[in-house]
Amino acid sequence: MSNISQATSTAHRPVYGLIAEFENTHDLMHAAEKVRDAGFIWWDCCTPFPVHGLDKAMGVKRTWLPFFVFGAGATGTAAAFVLQTFTNSFGFSAWALVKVTGYPYLISGKPMMSLPAFIPVMFELTVLFSALSCVGLMFLFNGLPRLYHPLLQNNRFRRATNDRFFVVIEARDPKFLRGSTEAFLRTLGASAVEAVED
Amino acid sequence: MSTLLASSTHAAEIIDNTVEEPGTRAPLVLNLTTFAEVTTTVCRVAEARRAPKAWYIAFALSLAVLGFLGFCVSYLIFTGVGVWGLNNPVMWAFDITNFVFWVGIGHAGTLISAILFLFRQKWRTGINRFAEAMTIFAVICAGLFPGIHVGRVWFAYWLFPIPNQMDMWPQFRSPLLWDVFAVSTYFTVSLVFWYTGMVPDLATLRDRAKGKLQQFAYGLFALGWRGSNRHWHRYERAYLILAALSTPLVLSVHSVVSFDFATSQLPGWHTTIFPPYFVAGAIFSGFAMVLTLAVPARELFGLKDLITLRHLDNMNKVILATGCMVGYAYSMEFFVAWYSGAAFEKFAFVNRAFGQYWWAYWIMVSCNVITPQLFWFKKMRTSIPMMFVLSIVVNVGMWFERFVIIVTSLANDFLPSSWDQFTPTWVDIGTMLGAFGLFFTLFLLFCRFLPMIAMAEVKAVMPAADPHSPEHAHDHSHGHAAQGRAH
Repeated sequence: MSNISQATSTAHRPVYGLIAEFENTHDLMHAAEKVRDAGFIWWDCCTPFPVHGLDKAMGVKRTWLPFFVFGAGATGTAAAFVLQTFTNSFGFSAWALVKVTGYPYLISGKPMMSLPAFIPVMFELTVLFSALSCVGLMFLFNGLPRLYHPLLQNNRFRRATNDRFFVVIEARDPKFLRGSTEAFLRTLGASAVEAVED
Repeated sequence: MSTLLASSTHAAEIIDNTVEEPGTRAPLVLNLTTFAEVTTTVCRVAEARRAPKAWYIAFALSLAVLGFLGFCVSYLIFTGVGVWGLNNPVMWAFDITNFVFWVGIGHAGTLISAILFLFRQKWRTGINRFAEAMTIFAVICAGLFPGIHVGRVWFAYWLFPIPNQMDMWPQFRSPLLWDVFAVSTYFTVSLVFWYTGMVPDLATLRDRAKGKLQQFAYGLFALGWRGSNRHWHRYERAYLILAALSTPLVLSVHSVVSFDFATSQLPGWHTTIFPPYFVAGAIFSGFAMVLTLAVPARELFGLKDLITLRHLDNMNKVILATGCMVGYAYSMEFFVAWYSGAAFEKFAFVNRAFGQYWWAYWIMVSCNVITPQLFWFKKMRTSIPMMFVLSIVVNVGMWFERFVIIVTSLANDFLPSSWDQFTPTWVDIGTMLGAFGLFFTLFLLFCRFLPMIAMAEVKAVMPAADPHSPEHAHDHSHGHAAQGRAH
């Protein structure tokens, strides 16, 4: 059990929060349950890989992401249908940045609205729109890309992407009190507790 | 260099994780017991100041071949498609053969990362990253060929529905246009899937980087990932959705490629078995290419503890299964040709096996159907030299499969008066070989600078990752959870 690092005692900058380091997922899980039950809001667990069951231990609510992706997928289907019927089935003109005019192709005497032939492209654009929005929105909801973050300045925290598990309680949490929160984190079996500068 | 090769010597005990024992899960990671060891084993490849000597030799060779590709393609563009051996009935030959070959290879990556993910096949974690990388590079090689075979490459943008002053649009009832959408969607989605999976590992490299340049480059592409569980929650959701989207996508892409042929009227092409047959063949060839790359890569970069014999054994089983499917398709084509009673259809298949390209047909059958049968024997499936040779045999066989389908059907169609024979020119052969230069150059760069194994995913399937594992309950002080052993 190492003590709070010396650097923080001479810190001139405000504190971003406290990090508590754990050596295995079992200890992290129990710590997360206790932090959750203590009623903290602005806190997190940082782990090198997704830990099974940690969402429940932290009380993380299920994301709405799939519903947005469904919407994006439906948009893709509709966009592909409009694109194909506009360009291949009718001779309408419309403005889409520039004036565009469709061309009614007559292919092997097939109907102008040949939906079966349009299905493959509708499928592909459904997948394309869904996949891109899925990843884009996931990063957006996560507040990424964010190349600067106080945690990334901390040397101990570097192992969060390697082999250590962290509980982070931010200073902006209404229940955060430097002294008592630090003492609380120590009771959770952390191998180290450290303050992180903002 | 010596550190890179260290892991082959530090194997304390040899565990045979190919043995199936009911009730016990065979370990997927050997000898490495802590998360930090996994990190070090994977990262040291990218962090080493110098790559192994073999890497430099391979890279120089690949670059030279890539240069030759550049020459062949430039010669083609400046002179015209007449430099290829195409003629009037055989308007598609090496170009489209190569296109289908490379797209097919690209299927293994998404199969491993998406379909095996949905089936909870945890062994995928050791091989998914570089199989996905291989997919992307293979699709790049594939995309080259339709691009250059259009003849006037400066009009290649006509493939896409871009508003233009001529009010000219692509023809959406054509399977060739479906192909444009299928392959470009496939490329985009695979790239996004690969990159998303890599973000946590890039963060690991960023946090370990010593040099300023590495810190900046890895830091930029890691997007500020810090392993927050609130992020992981959405990340895992997104990954699952991506897998669910990629699964029908991967099946659709080669189906659409097969429509290029199946929707035409040509005997030998006009077959309903094509979509499943092409997909099985794609997975078959893709897994073979994964093996061709994995076997030397795990030796060279000391990854034998992460890409274990069990992984290779499993891949060989997939090759055996898909090889049998392909063999079934070959025989079923003959059956249907006979059963259809159509004279042209019957002729097309008899001609395929005994006509002017009989040798190509029998190379295909012996490489794709007969030799993979050796994988019924465990001794063959777990023999490294054997599987390496067989994987190359399968690659050769699958190239010939596409050649047989395309060229034999075109060369001898309905009217004997218009029959001809296709003979490749040196430009044909140079472009075919050159694509391998492009592929290997990209792959070698990937091996050198990016995390070759999905560290975060491997760590998550290690016994030590389980918060409820009994080891933790007794031993709180360190992460040295004992490995589950096969026996």
